[in-house]
Amino acid sequence: MDTQASPARPVLEAPDIARVLTRIAHEIVERAKGADDVVLLGIPTRGVFLAQRLAAKLERITERKVPCGSLDITMYRDDLRMQPPRALARTDIPGDGIDGKLVVLVDDVLFSGRTIRAALDALNDIGRPRAVQLAVLVDRGHRELPIRADYVGKNLPTSLRETVKVQLAEEDGRDTVLLGAKPATPGERQH
Amino acid sequence: MQRHLISAADLTRDDAVLILDTAEEMSRVADRPIKKLPTLRGRTVVNLFFEDSTRTRISFEAAEKRLSADVINFSAKGSSVSKGESLKDTAQTLEAMGVDAVVIRHGASGAPYRLANSGWIDAAVINAGDGTHQHPTQALLDAFTMRRRLIGRDAGLGQDLSGKRVTIVGDILHSRVARSNVDLLHTLGAEVTLVAPPTLLPVGVETWPCAVSYDLDAALPKCDAVMMLRVQRERMNAAFFPTEREYSRRYGLDGDRMAKLPEHAVVMHPGPMVRGMEITAEVADSGRCTAVEQVTNGVSIRMAVLYLLLGGNEPAVAPTRTEEK
Repeated sequence: MDTQASPARPVLEAPDIARVLTRIAHEIVERAKGADDVVLLGIPTRGVFLAQRLAAKLERITERKVPCGSLDITMYRDDLRMQPPRALARTDIPGDGIDGKLVVLVDDVLFSGRTIRAALDALNDIGRPRAVQLAVLVDRGHRELPIRADYVGKNLPTSLRETVKVQLAEEDGRDTVLLGAKPATPGERQH
Repeated sequence: MQRHLISAADLTRDDAVLILDTAEEMSRVADRPIKKLPTLRGRTVVNLFFEDSTRTRISFEAAEKRLSADVINFSAKGSSVSKGESLKDTAQTLEAMGVDAVVIRHGASGAPYRLANSGWIDAAVINAGDGTHQHPTQALLDAFTMRRRLIGRDAGLGQDLSGKRVTIVGDILHSRVARSNVDLLHTLGAEVTLVAPPTLLPVGVETWPCAVSYDLDAALPKCDAVMMLRVQRERMNAAFFPTEREYSRRYGLDGDRMAKLPEHAVVMHPGPMVRGMEITAEVADSGRCTAVEQVTNGVSIRMAVLYLLLGGNEPAVAPTRTEEK
């Protein structure tokens, strides 16, 4: 949903996104000292595509297969009761599971932190990772929970009246991050 | 506004596909070490069973517990109903206890509808079988099983059953399963043929959205799924057919008949099976019979229905007809 009020301004374009993901992949390898036990879990929808891209880059760096899956957090949301039930997305845990692994959660935008809280709850029901880290393409601030990202593509200071929209080729046909103004209807957050 | 699941006929194609897709994701919970989701935490669901049932009640209970709902089981035996309490008073008792949903099975057709539309109760009502009327979650789990077997687990997502040919054989007259299946399969685009002796077909069957035949052997070679129904001995109060042997010879599914089915076709049975009557042990135990799979799928379907009706602030599935309040 793009805003009609003022045209959304791109803050990251396709080459920027590719560079940012390459950097994050290197950071993961560096911090995990080789990334032997890394499992990437993307949060649907766009986090999954980012996780897949990261996995491909990690495989190129480490020359090893990196398990990559998806983690749907719909059933764990804290605002489930405040809106109509959403359609569920796929939870796909790689074959070897997550017990004792280093799980890197991947999402497109980090905002209130509530999605990540839900993801941590969901992980709890699936297994016991050695550690959990968080990689996001954009951190737009305004946290409502004590949660931070370990790998950030771009820190994007925003006001609450702005919207951040990530578009990825797999879903939207092009790679870009758009910063726009919120349409007149208040009270709804996009991320 | 309150929403319920009373009849398979109330579901639109999109609603039905949404339920099937949601069930597909729910089925993955069964593969996890902790088979539980926090989604319905703090919600109370009553299983109100006025008629005997093992499969359906256990299936609903498992689904409710996997979604972390608080479950209260009620069966008419050993309750105030045996002392003469009416459905209305039972409903008001439940309402006073603050239940969020009632799963009801009742011997009288229309009891769930009455419960949902009478104003006695605020809770969502889910029909778990009423008389000879409807059993919508059974139809949904049958459709789910067909979609999985005939189209595939992942390939089926978002798909309906367009062009699939389904034959339903047996006691159509007393079968709420057949009614629900005809409604839902028609909505999902499948072609349904009912096969039964004329005495076991209801009056007005020609107005249903399906074909009718008396000849099982002619129907078998051109169907993708054949659903065998139990002959409901407890409702056989008139001479519907001469002998059980004759019924079983003309309308029972044995190995020879199964061989006439196309290679990919599946044999379904809602259970409980009466081996030797409508289905032989050879067929029931073969890999093409999905009876056990249907039970497993039943839990996923009921989780999906409960989630979509109770999970949010308003239901995602919007029946059109049952809003008279």
